[in-house]
Amino acid sequence: MDLFITLMLFVCGYVFGRTAESRHYKSIFKREAQYNNLLTFASKMPNNDVLNNTQEAHLVYGSVVISVDYFKRFIAGLRNFFGGNLTTYETLLDRGRREAILRMKEDALHHGANMIFNVKLETASISKGKGDSIGSIEVYAYGTALNVANQTHQS
Amino acid sequence: MILTNIENVPGKRIVKHLGLVQGSTVRAKNVGRDIFASIKNIFGGELKGYTELMSESRKEASKRMKKQASKVGANAVVNVRFATSSIAQGAAELFVYGTAVVVEDIVYDGTEHTVIDAPLAQSGAQPSGSVEAPTATTPSAAIDMRTSHTSADPDAAYRKPEHSE
Repeated sequence: MDLFITLMLFVCGYVFGRTAESRHYKSIFKREAQYNNLLTFASKMPNNDVLNNTQEAHLVYGSVVISVDYFKRFIAGLRNFFGGNLTTYETLLDRGRREAILRMKEDALHHGANMIFNVKLETASISKGKGDSIGSIEVYAYGTALNVANQTHQS
Repeated sequence: MILTNIENVPGKRIVKHLGLVQGSTVRAKNVGRDIFASIKNIFGGELKGYTELMSESRKEASKRMKKQASKVGANAVVNVRFATSSIAQGAAELFVYGTAVVVEDIVYDGTEHTVIDAPLAQSGAQPSGSVEAPTATTPSAAIDMRTSHTSADPDAAYRKPEHSE
């Protein structure tokens, strides 16, 4: 009986997790293309050219809490035994970061900004599952959005 | 109240530093969300309840920071940083801090602001107008600006946020 439940969770996790992931990636790709003209920089200070034309500055942020499915967690548990890349968690973190950045961009567009400077990403695992395995992670992205009047650069 | 996480407020000039301000909240997740989250943990995907909870708490923390900043008479906070730490099982502290400053609009009308105008004019002559490569003169220009305007404040030297990473 116990084995049956585990197997069910396993299958559910695999099926739903996979569809959810591919759907999420599709939406990420779509929105990334859509917000492509909103420039983001990891550099701390804008160029003077930009600074002179800036009208407004806002702190913008986006956050997401994302969780891994049962199947992937199981695979990761196996991997822990042998060592090596945990590809199952790699996609989780990748999705989380990209989603957080997209939400930050949405926030910036809401303010009518066209550039974001000093983008910082922060990751925290907020709930640990059984046996110290990571259940879900929070990714938080923030930066300074600027409304730059006439962009002299070519993007 | 203007918040930025860069060293100044673009389009404005820092005239006074008022020191570090901070805001924090400690939040626990509730049972209902926990149950929902544990189900979601099987299927994977976003835990919307937690996302909401975290962003709500961050807003609360930054609200407290803004309150503190306005209490000391600031109208902007620069160099804002967010930090998260889990202090107990199921509870997290969200912490925001930054430098409270007084800013005013830059008026380009006379020779009054030569300190600012000099580095700006200098970099304007540079051929690389692209934003992708900020020039090295930019941060130093900002520091010049700041020190020159805070010199009236005797404690300014202790308060300068020079902790660049």
